[in-house]
Parts: sequence; C-alpha cells; structure tokens
Amino acid sequence: MRKAPSLLSRRSFIGNTGKLTLSATAVALLAGESRLLNAGRAEAATSDDIAILNSALGAEQEAIAAYQVGAESGLLSGDALNLAVQFQGHHKEHADLLATTVGQLGGNAVEPMAKYEFPVDQLKNQNDVLRFAAGLEKGAVSAYLGAVPLFENRDLAKAAASILGDEAMHWAVLRYALGENPVPGAFVE
Amino acid sequence: MQKKIVFLAAFLTAGITGDAGAEGDAVRGEKVYNRCIACHSLERNRTGPKHCSIIGRKAGSVEGFTRYTDAMKQADIVWTKEVLSEFLAAPRKMVPGTQMFLKVPKLEDREDLIAYFEKASADPEICPQN
Repeated sequence: MRKAPSLLSRRSFIGNTGKLTLSATAVALLAGESRLLNAGRAEAATSDDIAILNSALGAEQEAIAAYQVGAESGLLSGDALNLAVQFQGHHKEHADLLATTVGQLGGNAVEPMAKYEFPVDQLKNQNDVLRFAAGLEKGAVSAYLGAVPLFENRDLAKAAASILGDEAMHWAVLRYALGENPVPGAFVE
Repeated sequence: MQKKIVFLAAFLTAGITGDAGAEGDAVRGEKVYNRCIACHSLERNRTGPKHCSIIGRKAGSVEGFTRYTDAMKQADIVWTKEVLSEFLAAPRKMVPGTQMFLKVPKLEDREDLIAYFEKASADPEICPQN
C-alpha cells in the first residue's frame, strides 16, 4: 500500500521550531515517504502556509472538476481527450498531496465545492474547451508564482514551484494544441 | 474660502491614505488581474467570489458564494477603493483569517487593478447583471 504523499520532509518537521503544534495524526503521517522534499531546512510552517495550501487545493479541485466537464462534454476526442484525462490526473495528484500536507500541519483541508459555475454555455467545440482549460492553467501558474515566495516553510515553496512547473507545461501544451505559440515569453507572470 | 477648506481637506485625506482619488490604468489592470484568475473571475463565483461590482459592496456578501471564511463574513467592511487597496496590500493583516493570501504590494498595481474592476463592472458585456 502506497504511503500518503507529503509536501514536507521529515527532517523539516523534526527541526521545526514550533510555530504549529502537530497532531498525533500528523506525527504519524510524518513517518510516511516524502515525495517531493528530502532536504528541507528546519523551518516552521504557519497558519499563512495552511491558507496558501488550501487556496491551492481549492484551485486544484476546480481544475479536476473542469477537466471532468471537458472530458464528458463530447467535444474532445483523440489526443485532446487523452491530454485532458492526463492533466486531470496530475491535478488529482496535486490535490492529494496538498490535502495531506494541510492535514499534517494540523489544518482542515477544504472540500471540493458542491457545484462549480463553469461557462459551459460558451463551450461549443474542442478549441473552446482547450482554451477554457488553458485559462485555468494560466491562472494556476500565476497563483503558484505568487505563492512560492510567501511560504514560511521553504520546503513548501520548493514543492509549490514543482507544481508550478507542471501547470506551466500544461498551459504550453494546451496553447500548442490551439495553434498558439506554446511559450509566448521568457517569463511567466 | 470654503472651497479652499474643502480642497485642503481632500488633499490631507489623500495624503493620509496614500492613494485616495488616484486613477489607475484599467488596461494595465487587466494584466495585473492575471494574478487573481486562479481563484477569481469577474462574472462568476469560483473558489473566490466574483469581482463584478466589487466597489461599494459589503465584504462577505456575494450572493451564492459559499466559501467565505468566518473572518470575512464577520468583517465590517465595505469595499471602497481606498479600503480595497489597503486589503490588497496585506489581506491577512486587514482581515486575519481570510483565505486570501496573495498580496498586491505595489500601489500602482493596486490602482490599476481597481480601475479595471470599475471599468469591467460598468461593461454589460462583462458584467451583465450589474
């Protein structure tokens, strides 16, 4: 059985200077494997870090739901459908990791919204769906870019940067599929 | 004389708040808004509330938005341009406990963003219900 993924390295928590008190459950989770982080500095996470993680989790949950709408729309086929399913899988992995980490920090991971207000009336063909998805990925890139320097815990910043890279690849591939320049500039913002 | 007093009061108020009455660049503000679009949209609620007609709205009052934190629901705030600018500069300082974490530290960016909110809210193509 695969152990729960974590954004936080074990060493980081052991060296924690104590801004948060870890629950017994979180301590138990710390024994799990660290997927992204292995050599974090001994820094504490804060309630701000939890808020950032939960915001990211909310956005990932929305992306999962959006790709589901796209996949079930009947407007995607072939490679486009395969991409949507693959990218949705990545967002599910991000969401699992973020939720686990929020729990480890003693926070409550946000739940997916019961209903999302997607502009489904504007999705008439494959390109509409891909453009909608590209917009979500672009937003995710910007959000993670804004979040990275705000994390108190540098392990979390590194992990967020890793997810940012994945979102940026999604965005580039979707732009390419739309016939647009996949990498329109040297920097993202 | 009265006009001079009114002008002086306005000048002093602007000096205190730092940006009261400043006009931003809505075109540039649309680019600044790219930082917000992971969670927000102008015309629909997402993981964050929609922004159409935000200026003048009471905080925590968007109909149909179910994700407000207790902190935001209980904040006795009306989003005037000045208050919104202060919030965007340090959201969790003004409303401790809010989910909003991204800051817009540059005054020029905040002014441009607020100008974009105003322009978009007045456009029925973008904000049809306002």
